[in-house]
Amino acid sequence: MLFALIIIPLLAAVAILFGSPARLTALGASLTNILLAAAAVAFPVDVSLPILTDLGIHISLGLEGMNSIMLILSVIVTLTAIYSGNCPEGREKLWFSSILFISTGAIGAFLSTDIFFFYAFHELALIPTFLMIGILGRGDRKEAAWKITIYLALGSIVLLAGLLLATAHLDSFAFSDLKAIPAEHQNHVALLLIIGFGTLVSLFPFHSWAAPAYASAPVPVAMLHAGVLKKFGLYGLLRIGMVVAPEGMAYWLPWICVLLLGNIIWVGLVTLNQKRLDLMLGNSSVMHMGYIFLAIAALSANPDNSIAQPGAILLMFAHGISIALLFSLTSVIERKTGTLEIARLGGLAKTAPALAFLFGLAGMASIGLPGLANFAGEVMVFFAGFADWSPADGMGWVQVTTIIALWGVVLSAVYMLRAFRNTFQGPLVTSTQYAKDIHLDEKVPAYILAGTLLIIGIYPNLLLNLLK
Amino acid sequence: MSPHLLEFITVGFGLILLMVEAFSNGHRSRIGLIAAAGLTVILSMLFCPTPEGYEVPTWMSRFYGYDSLARFYKIIALVSTILVLLMAIDFRKVLSQYTSGDDSESGTGEFYCLPIFACAGLMWMASATDLVSIFVALELVTITFYVMVAYMRRNVGSLEAGVKYLILGALSTGFLVYGIAWLYGTLGSTHLEAITAAVHKGDFNPTFLLFGVSLILIALGFKVGAAPMQLWIPDVYQGAPTPITAYLSVASKAAGFVVLMHIIGPFLDAEATRGPVVFILLIMAGATLVYGNLAAISQSNFKRLLAYSSIAHAGFLLIGVATSDFTSVSFYLATYLLMTFASFFVLALVRSHEGSDEIDAFDGLGKRNPAVAFALTICMSALAGIPLTAGFWGKFFIFKSAITHNVSWWLIAIAFVSVAAGFYYYLKVVKAMYWNAPRRENAIVVPVTTQAVLIVLTIAILVLGIYPQPILDLLK
Repeated sequence: MLFALIIIPLLAAVAILFGSPARLTALGASLTNILLAAAAVAFPVDVSLPILTDLGIHISLGLEGMNSIMLILSVIVTLTAIYSGNCPEGREKLWFSSILFISTGAIGAFLSTDIFFFYAFHELALIPTFLMIGILGRGDRKEAAWKITIYLALGSIVLLAGLLLATAHLDSFAFSDLKAIPAEHQNHVALLLIIGFGTLVSLFPFHSWAAPAYASAPVPVAMLHAGVLKKFGLYGLLRIGMVVAPEGMAYWLPWICVLLLGNIIWVGLVTLNQKRLDLMLGNSSVMHMGYIFLAIAALSANPDNSIAQPGAILLMFAHGISIALLFSLTSVIERKTGTLEIARLGGLAKTAPALAFLFGLAGMASIGLPGLANFAGEVMVFFAGFADWSPADGMGWVQVTTIIALWGVVLSAVYMLRAFRNTFQGPLVTSTQYAKDIHLDEKVPAYILAGTLLIIGIYPNLLLNLLK
Repeated sequence: MSPHLLEFITVGFGLILLMVEAFSNGHRSRIGLIAAAGLTVILSMLFCPTPEGYEVPTWMSRFYGYDSLARFYKIIALVSTILVLLMAIDFRKVLSQYTSGDDSESGTGEFYCLPIFACAGLMWMASATDLVSIFVALELVTITFYVMVAYMRRNVGSLEAGVKYLILGALSTGFLVYGIAWLYGTLGSTHLEAITAAVHKGDFNPTFLLFGVSLILIALGFKVGAAPMQLWIPDVYQGAPTPITAYLSVASKAAGFVVLMHIIGPFLDAEATRGPVVFILLIMAGATLVYGNLAAISQSNFKRLLAYSSIAHAGFLLIGVATSDFTSVSFYLATYLLMTFASFFVLALVRSHEGSDEIDAFDGLGKRNPAVAFALTICMSALAGIPLTAGFWGKFFIFKSAITHNVSWWLIAIAFVSVAAGFYYYLKVVKAMYWNAPRRENAIVVPVTTQAVLIVLTIAILVLGIYPQPILDLLK
C-alpha cells in the first residue's frame, strides 16, 4: 500500500507524458492517493525491499507517526495544487506531470525509513521545479529558477556530506538503527545537517532563494514547495539530526537561536515592506519557518521537552495548509483583477465576498488566530520554549529567543491585516470594479484547505494522536 | 570458451573485416553493422561460464591474468566499441562529407574496422599483468586512436586534434617508458606480482621508486584525462569525429583506470609507499576536479562541455583510486559509460541535423523531439549526479569511501562543490532544450539504431539508479 502511494503519482506522471488526458489523470491519481493515505494511516504496514545488502540500503517505507502527518499534508496539498492555478494552453503535459513528479518526491521522502531513499526521493523534485519555474514562471523566472536550483543543489550536497558522515559512524542506513554517534563527531555532523537541511528550509541567511522563487513559480509549484517540500528539512532535522547528534545540536544552539531570529525578525521586517501579494506570501513563509526552528532549538536545549516536537509537527502541518491556501487564493485574485500589486487593489470584498472570506480565514490562520490550526501549533511552540523552566534557572538562550520571537506575531499581524485591508476593503478601484467572485472550480481546493485548517484548529488531537 | 582466446579472436575478426572491406564495394556502413554484430558475439562469449578449473596457460601467464575485474573491463571495452560502431553508422553522413569529398562512403570503410583493433587492445589491457604487456597493449590502443581522431581528413579541426593527440600522446608514452625503467631499476622486475613482493619486502630506495611511480602516474594521467596532463582533452574531443570522442571519453578512460589500478595497487597496499602515493593521487584529484568543473561552467559548446565534464569525472574517480576502493571506481566507470554514450548519441544526432555542436543547437529540442529531449534530460541529471539515476550511485560510493577513509576534508569539500557546479553546467543544456525557442521548427527524425540505443541506455540509467546490484554482481 505504501509503495502504491509513490508509484501511482509516478505512473500517472509518465502516463501524462505519453499522452493520457493530463488533468483527469492527475486528479484521479491524487484522489486515489488521498484514499490510500487514509487507509495507510489507519492500518499501517511497513514494507522493505533490499537494494544493496552489502551496505544495508533498502527501499523501506513505514509510518512512524511524524511522517503520517507529513503524508496527510502531502496528499491534501497535491490534490488542491492540481485544482489550482491556470495551466497555459498546450502546456498541460509539462504542468500536470511536473506537479505529480514533485508530489512523488515529497511523498517518497516522507515515507522512507531509510536515509538513502529519504534523501534520493527529495531530489526528484529538483528538475521539474527547475523546468516549471523556468518555462512557465512569471517575472524574473530565469533568475529565480537558477537561484532555487543552485541553492537547493548546494544545500542537498552539504546535507549529503552530513548524512554520509553520520552513517559512516552508524554502519546502517535504516531509521530504526539511528542512534547518537560518538560525541567527538557530533558537532561536525550537526553543523552540516543544520546548514544542509537549513538551506532546504530557507533558514536565514540561506533563505534568499525562497521568496522570489515562490513569487515567480506557477501556483501549484509554489503551493507544493512552500507547503510540503520545504518541510522536508525540518522533518529531517527532527527525525535524523536530533537523534544522531543531540549534543552537537545543543552545541550549536546559540547559532540556531540567532539564525531563527533572523528568519522571524529580519525576514518579518522584509515582509512588511513587500508591495506585491505573492512576494509578501513568499517572505512570510520564510519567516514562519523561524517558529518551527524555535521548537527545534527548544528540543536541542532540552531533549526531554515533551511538547516541542508535537508543536513543531503541528505547526508544519498548519503552515503547509495555510500557505497553500493563500497561494491558491492569490492566483484567483490575480485572475479576477489582473494584478497582485497591493496598491492597485482595493474593495474586492464588495465584488467577491466569498473570496474575501476565504482569504481572510487563511490570513487569520497564518497569523495564528485561535480556533485555526496554526494557533495550536504556535502556542505549543512558545510553551515549549518555557517547558520545564523555572524562574530560578535564569533566562537561557531559548527563553530569550522565545520572548523576542513573540514579537514576530505582531509583525505578521501587521502585514497580513494590512494586506487584507488594502486588497479587500476600502473603495473599489479599476482593477476590482468588475471582478467576479470565486468560481466553483476554484472553491473546491479552497474549501478543502480551509476545512482542514478549521478541523485541526478545533481538534488538533486528531493529528497529535498519530504521534503516539 | 577459454577467455585468453578472446583477444586473438577479436584481432582475427578485425583483420578479416579489413580484407572484406578492401574487396567489397557498396555501402560501407554495412561493414559497421557486421563489426558490431561480431563484437556482440564475442561479448556473449564473455558471459559464457569459464570451463571448470580454468587457468591461463603457462606460456602466457606471466603477461596475462584473468579475474572478475579483468572480465568487467573487457565487457566495458566491448560494449563501448559496439556502441561506437552503432553511433558511427548513423554518423556516416558527416563522416563521408569530410573524407572522400564526393559524398560517397568509399573512404569510410576503415573507420568501422579500426575500433575493433582498439577494442582488442583495451581487452588486453584489462588482463595485462606485466609492465611490458601493459605498455604494448596501451600502444595498440593509442596508435589506433591517432588514426581515428584525425580520420576526417578534410576537416581542419579533426586534423588539429590528431596532431595534438599524437604529440601529447607520444610525450606521455615517453613518461611511461621512463617510469617503467625506473621501476625496473629499483625493484628488479616488470612483473606486477614480483613488484608487489618486492615492495612488501621493503628492500629498495624509496626516492627512486617514487620518482618512477610519479612518472607513471603522469603518463596515466594523460590516458584518464587527469591534471596535469588534461590539456589535450578539450581540443581533441572537439575536433575528433563524435563517435571517436565518445570512445576516447569512455573506453580510453576506463582502460587508463584499469591500468592505473593494476600498477598502483601494490604501492597502495604496502605500508612504506602508501602515504606518498595517496598524497600524489589526492593532489591530482583535487586539481582535476577544480580544473574540470571551473572550466566547464563557461562552455557554450556541448562537445567541449562534455570534454571538461569528462575531466571532472576523472577527478572523482581518482578519489576512488586513492582510497583503494576499486569496486566503486569500476562501478562509476560503468555508469559513466551509459550516461556519456547516451549524451554522445544525442549530440551526434543533433550534429547530423544542425551541423553544429554548440549548446544553442539544442534550443527548443523539447518541442522538436520531446522523446530525445527527455532522454538527454535524464542523461544530464545522471551526469550531474541527481539521485534515482545511475550517476548518483557512482558519486555516492566514491563519497562514502572518501568519508570512511578520512580523506582530508579540503578534498571532500572540493568534491562536493564540484558536484554543485556540475548541476549548473549540465542543467544549462536542459535549459536550452526547454526554455529557449527552437531556431527551426521542423521535427528531428531519429534513425532506428539511435532510437533503440537511446531507449536501452535511458532505461538502464533509470533502473540502475534504483537497483544498482546487477553491476556490482558483475564485479564479484
